[in-house]
Amino acid sequence: MRELSLHILDIVQNSIAAGARTVDVAISEDEAADLLTIEVADDGAGIPRDILESVLDPFYTSRTTRKVGLGLPLFREAARAAGGDLSIESVPGRGTTVRATFRMSHIDRAPLGDMAETLALLVVCNPDVRFRYMHWRGHAAFSLDSDEFRRGLGDDIAPTNPALAGVLRDVIREGLAPVQRA
Amino acid sequence: MKTVEELDRIRKQAQAMTRLREGKETTRIVVGMGTCGIAAGARETLSAIMDELAKRNIQDVVVTQTGCVGLCEQEPIVDVIRPGSARVTYGKVTKEKARQIVANHIVNGQVVGEWVIASA
Repeated sequence: MRELSLHILDIVQNSIAAGARTVDVAISEDEAADLLTIEVADDGAGIPRDILESVLDPFYTSRTTRKVGLGLPLFREAARAAGGDLSIESVPGRGTTVRATFRMSHIDRAPLGDMAETLALLVVCNPDVRFRYMHWRGHAAFSLDSDEFRRGLGDDIAPTNPALAGVLRDVIREGLAPVQRA
Repeated sequence: MKTVEELDRIRKQAQAMTRLREGKETTRIVVGMGTCGIAAGARETLSAIMDELAKRNIQDVVVTQTGCVGLCEQEPIVDVIRPGSARVTYGKVTKEKARQIVANHIVNGQVVGEWVIASA
């Protein structure tokens, strides 16, 4: 995958499949420490301890339709290629947190890419899931709460209205422009 | 503010649409968003579908996502499910094909036969 925002879209699918009601995506660009941190935290079913060790093995999957599970291993490879790593914490019944770190200046660090597109599509395609997004770079910050956006629509506009994807993407792009450098 | 104006426009259309479509079942479009789908360009495909629907003021189609269905080599995969019709599954749906599927299948009711990989 060419952009980290595509990995994020992928990792959030795990949260949705785990029945999460709320998914928190947090991105921190710490230029002084040369550190980019991406965290996806959900309140889904969680991963049993005996399986947690296997989820980073590309030849493990909980699915029955195929024999490989590449989402988390690929994300870890992207982090490791950029001098970082990936960790997972999970409590069955409470949720899962995936954290990936990257050396921002590393030549092999993929660009963060189009987070606005990733977030807008997630929000419009998953009306039952609350997405909260936080993005920091020094004193600059951008945040989004899908529930606030949906409340603003009132009763007239369905939260799945396809026209919302473009509107929300533009809102996020505008908000992120002064923050995102990665 | 541009966003507020845009939302007002969508709201007015939505109100008109609701009166027209009351009681009708909605069409669903499902885009595969597994790792394989995303790696093959499913985000662009999904975005193109949303954009084409929005351009044509089609508000009563629900677009959702699903995981990998085991046909990774055919990704991006798009299902079109119209009320009262069989599910039609399209394979290798680029953003250009996605726009064509909206125009032919959703708007005109014509299945784009050459891109269909399954129908049930």
